[in-house]
Amino acid sequence: MRLEPIANPSALRRAGLPLAALGLTVVTASLLALLAGANPFATLGLIVQGAVGTKFAALETLNRATPLIFTGLAVAVAFRARLWNIGAEAQLYAGAVAAVLLGTGAITGPLTLPVMALAAMLAGALVLLGPVMLKTRFGVDEVVTTLLFNFIMLLLVSYLLEGPLKDPMGMGWPKSAALIKEARLPRIVTGLRLHWGFGLALIAALLVWVIQTRTALGYEMRAVGLNPQAARFAGIPVNAVLVKTALLSGGLAALAGFSEVSGLKGNLTLDLSPGFGYTGIIVAMLALLHPLAVIPSALFVAGIFVGADSMSRAAGVPTYIADMLLAFALLFMVLAILLTKVRVVRG
Amino acid sequence: MSEAPVVLRLTGITKRFGTLVANDGISLALRQGEVVALLGENGAGKTTLMNILFGHYVADEGTVEAFGQPLPPGHPRAALAAGVGMVHQHFTLADSLTVLENILLGTGSLWRPSLGKGAARARVEALSRDFGLKVHPDARVGSLSVGERQRVEILKALYRDARVLILDEPTAVLTPQETEALFRTLRLAVGRGLSVVFISHKLHEVMGIADRCVVLRHGRVVGEVKTADTDRHALAAMMVGSEVTPPAVAPARPGPVLMRLDRVSGAGLRQVSLDLRAGQIVGLAGVSGNGQAAVSDLISGLIAPAAGAVEIGGRPVGRWTPRQAVAEGIARIPEDRHKTGTIADFTLTENAILEGYRSGFSRAGWMDWRAASDFAKGIIRRYDVRCPGPETRIRLLSGGNMQKLILGRVLEPGPKIILANQPVRGLDIGAIGYVHSRLLQARDAGAAVLLISEDLDEIMGLSNVIHVISEGRLSPGFARGTMTQTDLGLWMAGHGFADAA
Repeated sequence: MRLEPIANPSALRRAGLPLAALGLTVVTASLLALLAGANPFATLGLIVQGAVGTKFAALETLNRATPLIFTGLAVAVAFRARLWNIGAEAQLYAGAVAAVLLGTGAITGPLTLPVMALAAMLAGALVLLGPVMLKTRFGVDEVVTTLLFNFIMLLLVSYLLEGPLKDPMGMGWPKSAALIKEARLPRIVTGLRLHWGFGLALIAALLVWVIQTRTALGYEMRAVGLNPQAARFAGIPVNAVLVKTALLSGGLAALAGFSEVSGLKGNLTLDLSPGFGYTGIIVAMLALLHPLAVIPSALFVAGIFVGADSMSRAAGVPTYIADMLLAFALLFMVLAILLTKVRVVRG
Repeated sequence: MSEAPVVLRLTGITKRFGTLVANDGISLALRQGEVVALLGENGAGKTTLMNILFGHYVADEGTVEAFGQPLPPGHPRAALAAGVGMVHQHFTLADSLTVLENILLGTGSLWRPSLGKGAARARVEALSRDFGLKVHPDARVGSLSVGERQRVEILKALYRDARVLILDEPTAVLTPQETEALFRTLRLAVGRGLSVVFISHKLHEVMGIADRCVVLRHGRVVGEVKTADTDRHALAAMMVGSEVTPPAVAPARPGPVLMRLDRVSGAGLRQVSLDLRAGQIVGLAGVSGNGQAAVSDLISGLIAPAAGAVEIGGRPVGRWTPRQAVAEGIARIPEDRHKTGTIADFTLTENAILEGYRSGFSRAGWMDWRAASDFAKGIIRRYDVRCPGPETRIRLLSGGNMQKLILGRVLEPGPKIILANQPVRGLDIGAIGYVHSRLLQARDAGAAVLLISEDLDEIMGLSNVIHVISEGRLSPGFARGTMTQTDLGLWMAGHGFADAA
């Protein structure tokens, strides 16, 4: 068996294969439910119901999608320039720590939120700067360094929560003090549990799209990602572009941490992120690294998580089904994307 | 000759890739003791045909027969087993093994206890003597010259009892002297009843070695002639479909030195000094891998000299980067247009502004896509780039059209200095003429041109001054017409240099 490239894939191929991937995901989900001893048809209904069935469920899905849009954008921006940032989790926590440092009374007044957001972005950017400098200077593989930074960061946060940042009123729990009122992102509509972090995420996606398509930096980032050798030959400063990309990517991931702390939780704990940084990779891949497509992709992934949570409670099957479902969805989608570009030939 | 039995017969071979017909009903017969040249421009279908013969592709229609037996399609070993051997343009040898080990590789079972080197050595030595293929069986392949490696490839085929040899552009990497040696070997082989298919671009070689020429164009056989009954012009005309005349080169009027390399060393170069004058083409000849890449990288701004100086307009350059080189008005046509010259998944517009996006097509960091698109459209029109439009991804273009876009990109700003590294490699004859005429135009407009090529005909045809590079050393400049191919060949082989060993 060999793979033969297709020069001009037909519209049917480009639209049909992703749809087929979605269908296969549904079938797999049913089989998983069957395996767990539940009625597959009821299970699927329960997932959809749990994700968007009620106003509460839909808002929960939007809330869950917010950090995923940020981390998805962070990964999409970096991967587009072929900078393999696996460390969105670390950058998220860096942003959260910066938000807590400033938001628990260090600064007050109307500028509190913008300053916190900027500080968070700076913190996230700095976390990614180290690995990128190692890559551009010494050729150290950033997959390894950014991945390892996730663990370093988590341990650092753990230390901070047991030490300097520990809430004196926290009854000994490892959590930070609560953010002051001015440091909290307000709700978009009073009474509905959806904070402005979601709005910020949408704006961020739009901005990233504008940067990529309309600015010289975006042009450079795409050129470096597609062919660094040609980019360097043409006079594009490849290393400087990688550093700028890292700053943007790290900043976006850090906004996820800021938004979670300031919009949702109100303080920092070690379970702030259930792997939003890693899930951001799935979100970005499903979106084919397109910044605007990150939004529906994050909504889809968040919907599966929220829906599967609710379904597992209702049908009595493990929540791990959500993780498996996502993994299958990604595998099928990657396969579908590959098959739009090549066909399998026998012999 | 015509009574000799047919050893290889391709009948009605057709191969389609989507809507492209790469081979369209090609029939070809090779007789024993005959050299047939397979001629054709790039994209004419030669490579596809050979891939079908060797079972890498399966033909949609048609059959392959070797020594009267049909070859099963899609089995790469079938052709080898039937006695058809191929010497690829890019060698398939293991550098860290000896010549003998390379020849034995793959000839026996993986599980046999020993390689049986003793008997093999005797056979290899006999073959090497009989066919004039001088190479030491115990030499490590990594230490051999390109010409010697080719001999190993041929020995490998002969060792496996090949009765038919297929050589894919065998002379592209050889000096004229090495080419002569190769031809002597081929004549010996033919004398012993072997048959040869010789794939080439170079017409004078084809005329020198082949008995018969088969010319392919657009996947079809457009002509089959005995070499005795034809000449180079007729063959060239057959290849492109019309009579081709090389560009007439008007005498140059050299001006002041625009760029100078002053005793530059580093990246394998040894004290290289080179003057590029306005209104003059300097040709850099040499066998590939002798320092051409370093000279090219140096002028492109990719590397800075370890010792010595690069001067532009009489002043040494400061920080030397590709962007600096572009800013100094150097037009750079890179050797590999796919890997360095263009970004395959970028559109023509995006590729057209690769060098100028910062100065000409963006303001305060914002792209001006309308200006960029107009620039690309201008190039498409003025440089005759055949394409569906400026928003086409450049990977869909042929090599010639890609090169025209690069030409437009670098020549539109009106450069003072032009670096053309293998500017016509792999192009068809029409595109070659076009590129050459553009370079001559730029020269006449007062640009200093450095032409790097492995094709001596190209160098001798266009250059006003010729330098030869060998093992990182640069020969003195020879004025146009003062050196023959043989003279240059001696320099290419390393003779004549002051510090020659």
